[in-house]
Amino acid sequence: MNNLRWFLILVGLAAMTQGLVLVLPPYLSELFTLCCINAILAVSLNLVNGLSGQFSLGQAGFMAIGAYSSASVSLFLLPGWESSAFGTQAALFISLAAAALAGALAGYLVGLPTLRLKGDYLAIATLGVGEIIRVVILNLDKVGGARGLYGIPAGTSAFVTVLILMGLVLLTHRFVHSTHGRALLAVRENEIAAEAMGVDTIAYKVKAFTASAAAAAVAGGLFAHFLCYLNPSSFGFMKSVEIVIMVVLGGMGSVSGSVLAAFVLTLLPEALRPLQSVTHLDLRLVIFALLLILMMILRPQGIFGRREFWEIFKYKRRKRA
Amino acid sequence: MEGFFQLLLNGAALGSIYALIALGYTLVYGILSLINFAHGDLVMVGAYAGLFASLALGAADHPSPEKLLLVLGIAMAAAGLVGIAIERFAYRPLRGVPRLNLLITAVGVSLLLENLGQVFFGATPRVFPDLLPSVNLWQSGQVAVTNQQAVVFGTALGLMVVLEWIVQKTRLGRAMRAVAHSHETAALVGIPVDMVIAFTFAVGSALAAAAGVLIGISYPRVDPLMGIMIGMKAFVAAVLGGIGSIRGAVVGGFLMGILEAMVVGYGSSTYRDALAFVILILILLFRPAGLFGKYQPEKV
Repeated sequence: MNNLRWFLILVGLAAMTQGLVLVLPPYLSELFTLCCINAILAVSLNLVNGLSGQFSLGQAGFMAIGAYSSASVSLFLLPGWESSAFGTQAALFISLAAAALAGALAGYLVGLPTLRLKGDYLAIATLGVGEIIRVVILNLDKVGGARGLYGIPAGTSAFVTVLILMGLVLLTHRFVHSTHGRALLAVRENEIAAEAMGVDTIAYKVKAFTASAAAAAVAGGLFAHFLCYLNPSSFGFMKSVEIVIMVVLGGMGSVSGSVLAAFVLTLLPEALRPLQSVTHLDLRLVIFALLLILMMILRPQGIFGRREFWEIFKYKRRKRA
Repeated sequence: MEGFFQLLLNGAALGSIYALIALGYTLVYGILSLINFAHGDLVMVGAYAGLFASLALGAADHPSPEKLLLVLGIAMAAAGLVGIAIERFAYRPLRGVPRLNLLITAVGVSLLLENLGQVFFGATPRVFPDLLPSVNLWQSGQVAVTNQQAVVFGTALGLMVVLEWIVQKTRLGRAMRAVAHSHETAALVGIPVDMVIAFTFAVGSALAAAAGVLIGISYPRVDPLMGIMIGMKAFVAAVLGGIGSIRGAVVGGFLMGILEAMVVGYGSSTYRDALAFVILILILLFRPAGLFGKYQPEKV
C-alpha cells in the first residue's frame, strides 16, 4: 500500500511538472528536461562515487551505450511506432528498457574485473573503458560512426524524464536505508572492516556499479530521444568529468545534493552567457574548473556533504532542542 | 621486413617522447602518491611556450641548433614555473587529505589549464615553426632515419641521463628519494619537504615541456587540448613500467611508442587511441605493479 501511495504521488508530481513546463517558453522547458537528464546521470554516478566509495571516471561511456542501443531499437526495430501518441510512448519505454539492459550488462562485464582495483587505479581504468567504448562506437558504421546517428524519433518529454528522475531518487533513498544499502555504506567506510564482518565487498561493489551503469544508460536513452541526433564526441572524457563535478559539488553520498548540483551546473553556463558577451571570451569552463579546485580546498565534502537536503533542517531542529 | 624496421624506428622516436612525459608522472607519483592529471597539459604549455619563443627569436626563418636549444630551454623554464605554481596553489593546501580529493583537484587543474589555453591561445590548432627542416640522415632501401628523429631521440635520452644523475648523485636527488620514502622522517632529519616537492614538480614539468617542443618538431601542430591524449598514453607507459620507478617509465615509454607505431602500421589508425587503454586495463588486471614496480600488500 505504501508503495502504491508513493507511486501515485510521483505520477501526480510529474504531471504537475509537465503542466508547468507547458506554460514555460520552449527554451526554458527544454533546458529543464536537460537538467533532469543530467540529474539522472549525477544520481547514477553517486551510487558508485558517493555511496560505495569507489571512483569512476567513465560514466559517459555507459551513457553512450544506453543512447546508442535505445536509438538503434527505435530506428531499426520499432520504426513507424511514432505514428500514434500511444505508440511513441510505448516505443520510448521499450527502447529505454533496452538501454537499461545494455547498460547493466556492460556495467557488469566492466565492473567484475575492474572493481578489484582501488582508488586512482580504478579511476584510470574506468576512464579507459569509457574511451574504449567511444572509440568502438566511432568505428561502428551501422550507427553512423564519426558522422553521427540522425533521425531518432523525438519521444522524451519533461513528464517521462521527471518521473524517471524521481523514481530513481526514491529508489536510491530506499536502497540506502535497506540491509543491502547499509552493507554498501560499510564498504565505503572501511573495506577491510566490512570484509571482516562478512560483507562480500566485491559483489556489493559490482552490484552498485551495474545499477549505476543501467541508470546512466537510461539517461543516455532519454538524451538520444531528446536531441534526436547522436555523435560519439558528445560522450568523451569531458562528459564524464562533468558528471563527476556534479557529484563532487553536491556532496559525494548525498542524492539530493547530486540533483541540485546537476541543475546548478546545467543552468550556470546558460546564466553566464551575458558574461561571455561582455568579455568576448568563453570563460565558463574556466569558472567550472576553478569552482572544482576551490571546492576541494575549502569544502571538500561538497554542498550537502553526506546529508540529504531534508536532513539539514532535521539536524538544526534537534540541535536547538 | 623493411616496413617493420621503419615502424620500429618511428616507434622508438615517439616512445622517447612518451618516456619523457612518463618520467614526470613517475616522479610526482613517487613523491606525493598523486596521479597528476594535469601533467599532460604541461606538455601543451611547453609546446606553446616553445612556439612563442621561436616566433620571438625568429627561429622559423633562420633555423639553427643554438636557437633550437634556446627554445627548448625557455619552454622548459616556463613550464617549470607553471608546475611550481600548480603545486603551490592547488596541491600544497591539500597535504594530508584523502587521495581522492587530490585526484579530483588534479582533474580540476587539468580542466583549468585546457580552458585557459583555449581562452588565451584560441581553440584552433596552430602550426609549430619548422625549427629543424627534415633531412634524411641515413637511408638503406625503404628504411630511413631523419635528422628530426635523431634529435628527438638524442634530446630525450640526454635529458633522461641528466635526470638519473640528479636523482642518484646530487644532494637534492638524495633529498627527493628521502621524501619519497617518508615525508615525516625526511622532515625530522632536516630536509625542507615542501621545497623538495616543489623542485620535483619543476623537474617533471620541465621534462613535459621538452616533450612538448619535441612533439612540435616532429608533428608540427599544437592545440590547447593536445595534452589530454598524449598525457593519457604517457601515463599508461608509466603504469606499464611500474609507476614510481624511473627505469620503468623509460622502458614503458619506449614499449608504448613502438606498440602504437605497430598498431598504426599493421592495424587501423582509428584504434590507436584505444590501444593505450586496452594495455592499461590488461596491465592493471594481471600485473598492477607494472614491469619494474614492487607489489605492496595492504595492511590494516
